[in-house]
Amino acid sequence: DLNPIMLARAQFGANITFHILFPTISIAMGWLLLFFKLRYNRTQDEKWLDAYKFWVKIFALTFALGVVSGITMSFQFGTNWPGFMATVGNIAGPLLAYEVLTAFFLEATFLGIMLFGQQRVSNRVHTLATFIVAAGTTLSAFWIIVLNSWMHTPAGFEMIDGKAYATDWLAIIFNPSFPYRFTHMLLASGLTVAFLVAGISAYRWLRHDRTASVMATLKTGVYLAAALIPLQIFAGDMHGLNTLKHQPAKVAAMEGLWETTKGAPLLLFAWPDAEKRSNHAELKIPNITSLILTHDLNGEVKGLNDFEGAHPPVLQVFWAFRVMVGTGTMMLIVSWLCVYWLKRKPILAKPLAYALVGMTFAGWVATVAGWYVTEIGRQPYLVYGVLKTASAASAVPSALIASTFAMYIALYLALIVAYVSVVFHLARSAGKSINSTPASAPISLSLST
Amino acid sequence: MDSFANGGWLPVAFLALMGLAMLAYVVLDGYDLGVGILLRRADDAKKDQMIASIGPFWDANETWLVLGVGILLTAFPLAHGVILTALYLPVALMLLGLSLRGVAFEFRAKAPSTRKVLWNRVFYAGSLLATFSQGLMLGLYVTGFADTAAAWAFALLTGACLCAGYALLGATWLIIKTEGTLQLNAVAWARGSLLLTGAGIAAISIATPMLSTQIFNKWFAWPNLFLLMPIPLTTLALFLTIYRSLKRLPTRLREGNEYGAWVPFAASVGIFCLAFYGLAYSLFPWLVIDKITIWQAASAKESLMIIFVGAMVVLPAIIAYTAFAYRVFWGKARALTYY
Ligand code: HDD
Ligand code: HEM
Ligand code: HEM
Repeated sequence: DLNPIMLARAQFGANITFHILFPTISIAMGWLLLFFKLRYNRTQDEKWLDAYKFWVKIFALTFALGVVSGITMSFQFGTNWPGFMATVGNIAGPLLAYEVLTAFFLEATFLGIMLFGQQRVSNRVHTLATFIVAAGTTLSAFWIIVLNSWMHTPAGFEMIDGKAYATDWLAIIFNPSFPYRFTHMLLASGLTVAFLVAGISAYRWLRHDRTASVMATLKTGVYLAAALIPLQIFAGDMHGLNTLKHQPAKVAAMEGLWETTKGAPLLLFAWPDAEKRSNHAELKIPNITSLILTHDLNGEVKGLNDFEGAHPPVLQVFWAFRVMVGTGTMMLIVSWLCVYWLKRKPILAKPLAYALVGMTFAGWVATVAGWYVTEIGRQPYLVYGVLKTASAASAVPSALIASTFAMYIALYLALIVAYVSVVFHLARSAGKSINSTPASAPISLSLST
Repeated sequence: MDSFANGGWLPVAFLALMGLAMLAYVVLDGYDLGVGILLRRADDAKKDQMIASIGPFWDANETWLVLGVGILLTAFPLAHGVILTALYLPVALMLLGLSLRGVAFEFRAKAPSTRKVLWNRVFYAGSLLATFSQGLMLGLYVTGFADTAAAWAFALLTGACLCAGYALLGATWLIIKTEGTLQLNAVAWARGSLLLTGAGIAAISIATPMLSTQIFNKWFAWPNLFLLMPIPLTTLALFLTIYRSLKRLPTRLREGNEYGAWVPFAASVGIFCLAFYGLAYSLFPWLVIDKITIWQAASAKESLMIIFVGAMVVLPAIIAYTAFAYRVFWGKARALTYY
């Protein structure tokens, strides 16, 4: 029989997983569109306008999916775990309220002008609207990541009669893990968009849609990816060190380390077994984990057995971490190879183009895996050290949760399929409509404004 | 209960804020959901015009719902849990409807053209489902979540009535934003939904005091009866205004004379405001009838104060740039193009 707590968690997890797919794209895509727009304003080169026109469609589609899944989220916050608001509502409440007041209205209102107002406002106001939308999405990410980081490293509050009361709002907002998480998330968004743009452009290129605009977006995507990925790896490393300080059990789970060890190895592969409290089939490189985490080959790293009964599920965290880092490594290899090639040759090599197409949605994989590391790694706590997940769950009966859960899953799967296929459909039909202007030919598209 | 000077006014202020957010939501998303409900009646070219009239606004309109629910969650967490748990199923259905409709906006324009028919249907069905669920929620809420056959029958009635009401808002909005035959069609649609809305409001007004002794006592006590009388009277006057205006408009519009084209919409908004006021008056100070008052449900004063100050600073800005956006898109809707 179904446990309502597990169901409520699974339902929330499924919803936020679906939601984050779209903000990850919207956040950085807003800035990229601003970039295209500014390039066009400055150079008057049609290829940037074409790039804007094509990507703004995908942006609009993504934004709509982000909005509707976000509205669902805002209801689930209360329905799925009322105990959360009852305990830390005094802190979560203002943060959520500020997100709605300062970010959601801003982005939603100016989105209308950005998408449909081109012919009704001056070019300058339109550029400004584009900027406001990009800033609005980033601001909303700021507030929600503040709240989420506070759940990982709570600060600036006191507990009275089992309820949290704010004592220092600056300490709450700039809590210890916030700078790392916010940076890592923004970079994740940038990488997701970079690979999306590079992948779709490579797809168009492979279909012999080789307009100046396709080449320009292909290069933009590839260079952006190549520039961001080293930053992301560095930021991720710093993030891990910060986590080691505040949530050592999570790091032990990420590394699959059961016993506290001096000179802990890096596990490339293993199958952690929660019952036996050890790993099967380890493939390891000696001392590297100690080197990464303590900057000393023989440094001591705490193992899971030091936290028995109070550490997260190991298998999920361990593998989610490997999926994220593995995807990050792939990103590094592919983007740098592409840059290396493009520096030497005017056009891409086919295998590289196929690799880019294959990695179109790689950002999604790494981002979702990263969130799973973070969120599952926080268990059994909901607010680390303050509130356990089990004590926050709601009293809605299992059957009701199960039926709505099934409905959401069906909806989400259908929408993801529709989204991905429409993105590729747009890529194909864009090729048909502007095939008349190959990169070398003089550009003859007329402006519709 | 806290003394008023000592922050005891905050729950009242938040109730007012939440009420305004909900009212703004109902009126604003009401017209765009209403356009969705009417979508089925138009041919393809008109469908595009109808959607063009709401395209730039729908996202911001729905944000008022997020604000309303956000205030309920942050200012009255206790009531939020009770209300949303009791309404779990209709809320899920509403979210399904809103999701389908929101994505159909985009998909109908971007998916292969053979799919457009499908997404138009999804748009219509999503709008209807979201509206009906909202009406259902309202009905269940007013009866204090009584799990009786009478309460459910009442909720079905409010569900149907809200569909008519939103269709009225949608049709009258279209009268302002469109031209040509679509505008004339909208006048006809408005007439139909006006009659249904009127019948619905009358039925709800009769059924409400019969279902709730709490409300009965409030309405029919002296001097409340006298004080409340202006509400139904003004509502009736607004109905007659719309009726007359809809009768005269077709001849005028055919001559290209737009004079008074905004009257039906404005008066419909007036009806919604009055109905809302009547409801708020009947329920105050209960958040969940006979169970939770606003004072029992409120959060800590300090946190409320922080949100309140923020809201007082930011809301005027939101209203200002919303007004700006409506000015940008003033006049007749044009085809939606991204450049
Ligand atoms: C890192 C970014 C991020 C994260 C973790 C979340 N969101 Fe989100 N959300 C956004 C970033 C974002 C975004 C970028 O601002 C939107 C706007 C458009 C889009 O695609 O995503 C968005 C839209 C959006 C909306 C619609 C706003 C509108 O009408 O414009 C709501 C109500 C929420 N979200 C609510 C939530 C809740 C309750 C979350 C957590 C439990 C959450 N979001 C996590
Ligand atoms: C955006 C990316 C996010 C993803 C992919 C994500 C994913 C998840 C997953 C998979 C769980 C379930 C963990 C488990 O039960 O073992 C979870 C739990 C949780 N997350 Fe997140 N999360 C994200 C962001 C956030 C944010 C921004 C917040 C709040 C501000 C948040 C609040 C919570 C809470 C309260 C829980 C515990 C309740 C539960 O287990 O269902 N999450 N998340
Ligand atoms: C390759 C090197 C990387 C390292 C060392 C790394 C490190 C980490 C660590 C340690 C966490 C968990 C932090 C915590 O829970 O406290 C994390 C989370 C996360 N990672 Fe990575 N990461 C890497 C690559 C990536 C890439 C390529 C992406 C996406 C494109 C990504 C996206 C995320 C996201 C979205 C989260 C969850 C949010 C957060 O806690 O920051 N990571 N990463």
